[in-house]
Amino acid sequence: MHVPDGFIDAPVSAVAGVIAVSGVAVSLRGARRELDDLTAPLAGLTAAFVFAAQMLNFPVAGGTSGHLLGGALAAILVGPFTGVLVVSVVLAVQALVFADGGLTALGVNITIMAIVTAAAGYGVFRLLVRVLPRSRPSVTAAAFVAALVSVPASALAFVAFYVVGGTTEVPLSTVLPAMLGVHVLIGLGEALITALTVSSVLAVRPDLVYGARGTAEPLELVVNPARKPEEAAS
Amino acid sequence: MSLKKLLALGVLVAAVLAGIVSHYASSHPDGLERVAEDKGINAKEEDHPLGGSPLADYGVKGVADERASVGLSGLIGVGVVLVAGSGLFWLLRGRSEGGAARDGSGGRTEAHP
Repeated sequence: MHVPDGFIDAPVSAVAGVIAVSGVAVSLRGARRELDDLTAPLAGLTAAFVFAAQMLNFPVAGGTSGHLLGGALAAILVGPFTGVLVVSVVLAVQALVFADGGLTALGVNITIMAIVTAAAGYGVFRLLVRVLPRSRPSVTAAAFVAALVSVPASALAFVAFYVVGGTTEVPLSTVLPAMLGVHVLIGLGEALITALTVSSVLAVRPDLVYGARGTAEPLELVVNPARKPEEAAS
Repeated sequence: MSLKKLLALGVLVAAVLAGIVSHYASSHPDGLERVAEDKGINAKEEDHPLGGSPLADYGVKGVADERASVGLSGLIGVGVVLVAGSGLFWLLRGRSEGGAARDGSGGRTEAHP
């Protein structure tokens, strides 16, 4: 999904740059409330994981591939504002070090792949977590759907930029269905990877999953444990 | 699992994915590239201004072996992102709000105002 230079014209790229800078600025403020001594290193790890996963293009249909975007995953794991920053760091390193994603297009890329995916993904996730029963499988299922939705949402955001500032004149009636179609398929891969990753972290440290806070079954305080002495000692 | 163990395991997974599994990734164009190619969105695509940089396009300049080149660039990328991300998030972190309560060791005591 990395947009190269030359797809979107200079004025709209500049507008996207303003959107991206504003989104990152808001996220820098919001992330302070999400990050503490425990979650800060986890957020750094999440960024490294998203970078690694983005290298792993998986085949979808007809000689086409897709890769994780990671905005929904990062938002669920470490919080929506931090999630925006996680993907933004990845995109900045990719553009500056790996020549992947244009430089004037960096604003477009941060907007569609960091801000839109984290916002859409986390929005869908919270909505589902609220209506589903409070359990770990619900969190995983919500993560699956959130990630699935986040990819076409990102594609839609690209189409919006293209319609306003595309350097070529391909009609909306052509671009929109093509972009949405392939990115629903890629969204399935995104959903699988996201659900697998979230459920893995949930299995070992559910307390560290930002989006799962308050969804765990309430802990029971056992006042008079009917345990054998040797078990209690272990 | 302690936080340290989880972090170590996570870094290992990221390193294996970027350093080894990346070799087996699909080399087909991604969704946007495919649509751009098929529909002509890319007619005015420009070369990347940093296209000649040593790690451009996920390869290490001077490393002839394709597998080693991709894997090494992936490992470097994981390292750079890990350092940049961890540094940023460490600077941004609030003052351990609820941190002690969720610490697996449960042993930290920090004065709350």
